[in-house]
Amino acid sequence: MAGASKAVADSRANLPFVYRQYSAEQLKQVLYKMYLIRRFEEGAEESYMRGLIHGTMHLSIGQEASAMGICMPLGEDDQITSTHRGHGHCIAKGAEVKRMFAEFFGKTTGYCKGRGGSMHIADVAKGNLGANGIVGGGIPIAVGAALSSKMMKTGKVVVSFFGDGANNEGAFHEALNMAAVWKLPVIFVCENNGYGMSTSTARSTAVKNIADRAAAYSMPGVIVNGNIFSEVAEASHKAVERARAGEGPTLIESKTYRHRGHSKSDRNRYRTKEEIEDWMSNRDPITLFENELREFGFIDGPGIEAIREAVAREIADGIEFAKVSPSPDVRETGNYVYTEQA
Amino acid sequence: MDAMVRELSYAQAIQEAMAVAMDMDERVFLMGEDIGVYGGAFQVTGDLVDRFGTERVIDTPISELGGAGVAVGAALTGMRPIFEFQFSDFATLAMEQIVNQAAKMRFMLGGEVSVPVVMRFPAGSGTGAAAQHSQSLEAWLGHVPGLKVIQPATPYDAKGMLLAAVADPDPVMIFEHKLLYKAKGPVPEGYYTVPIGKADIRREGRDLTIVATSIMVQKALDAAATLEAEGIDVEVVDLRTIRPMDRQTVVDSVKKTSRLMCVYEAVKTLGIGAEVSAMIAESEAFDYLDAPIVRLGGAETPIPYNPELEKATVPQVPDIITAARDLVKGVR
Repeated sequence: MAGASKAVADSRANLPFVYRQYSAEQLKQVLYKMYLIRRFEEGAEESYMRGLIHGTMHLSIGQEASAMGICMPLGEDDQITSTHRGHGHCIAKGAEVKRMFAEFFGKTTGYCKGRGGSMHIADVAKGNLGANGIVGGGIPIAVGAALSSKMMKTGKVVVSFFGDGANNEGAFHEALNMAAVWKLPVIFVCENNGYGMSTSTARSTAVKNIADRAAAYSMPGVIVNGNIFSEVAEASHKAVERARAGEGPTLIESKTYRHRGHSKSDRNRYRTKEEIEDWMSNRDPITLFENELREFGFIDGPGIEAIREAVAREIADGIEFAKVSPSPDVRETGNYVYTEQA
Repeated sequence: MDAMVRELSYAQAIQEAMAVAMDMDERVFLMGEDIGVYGGAFQVTGDLVDRFGTERVIDTPISELGGAGVAVGAALTGMRPIFEFQFSDFATLAMEQIVNQAAKMRFMLGGEVSVPVVMRFPAGSGTGAAAQHSQSLEAWLGHVPGLKVIQPATPYDAKGMLLAAVADPDPVMIFEHKLLYKAKGPVPEGYYTVPIGKADIRREGRDLTIVATSIMVQKALDAAATLEAEGIDVEVVDLRTIRPMDRQTVVDSVKKTSRLMCVYEAVKTLGIGAEVSAMIAESEAFDYLDAPIVRLGGAETPIPYNPELEKATVPQVPDIITAARDLVKGVR
């Protein structure tokens, strides 16, 4: 327990997991990053509206606690595969927002040098093996990364993020089965936000909970409230310990909600305004975490204000960095198709 | 000192290449369905599991999509997997991982990663396995930038090109014709590579260039031997790699012979023959042509079960002889 004295530890004994496990500084950093994810996506959305970003994007606003909670127990060497709704995962794993903005703006300073955009954002140096435009595409790849970890004895744990939609893809089932048969150090994280594009899980999925599917692959299936940071982090912590001990994979279902539509083309006709409003007003993950931090005395009003201001500065600087960065040369369109060889 | 050269079958040559690669580099491992104690559906991995153990010769469940994805993920994170499809037809189950992931990963991530995965595809007809176990789908994958696609036609090339594929930093798809597995030829011991992207002139000639792939190379050579007696001198170019294609060797050959025929087993239309023909039509060799280009490819049908029908759906030696004779004599 970094930084917490025995007296402090005793005073925290009845608090939820993360308040026992992490220092006040670490927890404030989590709040900072949750705001960073939120403001990054709002900044990206605004830049899109102003015509500075083309294509489309899939915002995870409302799912910040899930990304942060899962990544909390991971080390820098641990790896993740992410999804089309992956900005939060990328930031939670340690990416810099300025290089993410640069990627969205299609600039050479972006993580993918302007070749990937929102749907392929990656930060390999920090262990993010990439978002994925194919639903379920990253799940077998994560199992492969976990196989590498086992074969090379690196001790790395791999997390595969995917949505509720992916649990009906064949890749999900094939990957979970192999990971269980081979006892690989991988954690499957289903961020169930209730809808695969417009189709609710009730209409698409035969089981009530996606975690129920874990039983078919002889692994623990854990359901957490994805909007409560501590719940998510605790489940992730246990799954990481299990993976590192060589006991195999875990399926975590993180029940959450996206405030925005599926993508920029969404008219939100499949859900009610009341439903959206309820999640935004009563179950916002940042508000819930902030309230807990205050209640348990980890932060005060000015402390929160300082975080919000620092995040706003980082976002503004990031957008400016993206704007002034150079665009790729069209003569280099053919680069990176193959590995350049001497 | 030159390495010992022995006669090995095409399957033995591949097996030896995999053993050499695994001896040299502990990152190399094998994955596939029934490649362990069973030895592979065509006995290509054979007894390698006895030598390298189940940790490095991994039997996968019957999960082509997932298995291919695991191989891609392992390659992305530092390993050098060789993934065997039991039949090339099953690539259809794994196209997502091959086409969307393996082929594009490096590009999408701006050059930050490489995916050094090798996938092996037992391909082609002639085994009586009917329509779902006999296809030649190499042109499908040849259409995808980011992949390299090879079709070795001899045991020597099968070993050397597989070793080149393992050393290659990018995904390499190897299409191995099943009827070639028992074909024998000289193969040196130890390590050597045959470059990807280079065609091979297997027979020099003056009157006609036949560009052939895989099993059609030997058929073209057999046809050439008959045609020689008739005074027709055929040059046989073994394309060996379909992506990236060796344009220069084909162009130079056509400039010399002034006639071009393409012979391949896959369905004739929209295939390798179309590509080679267009490549010549767009090149300086076009002006050298003395006759229209001829393509001999597979019939526009699935592969049938009945052995006579099966043979009739793909080019055979007499078909090549007749077409070459007509081409050289100007009969159209």
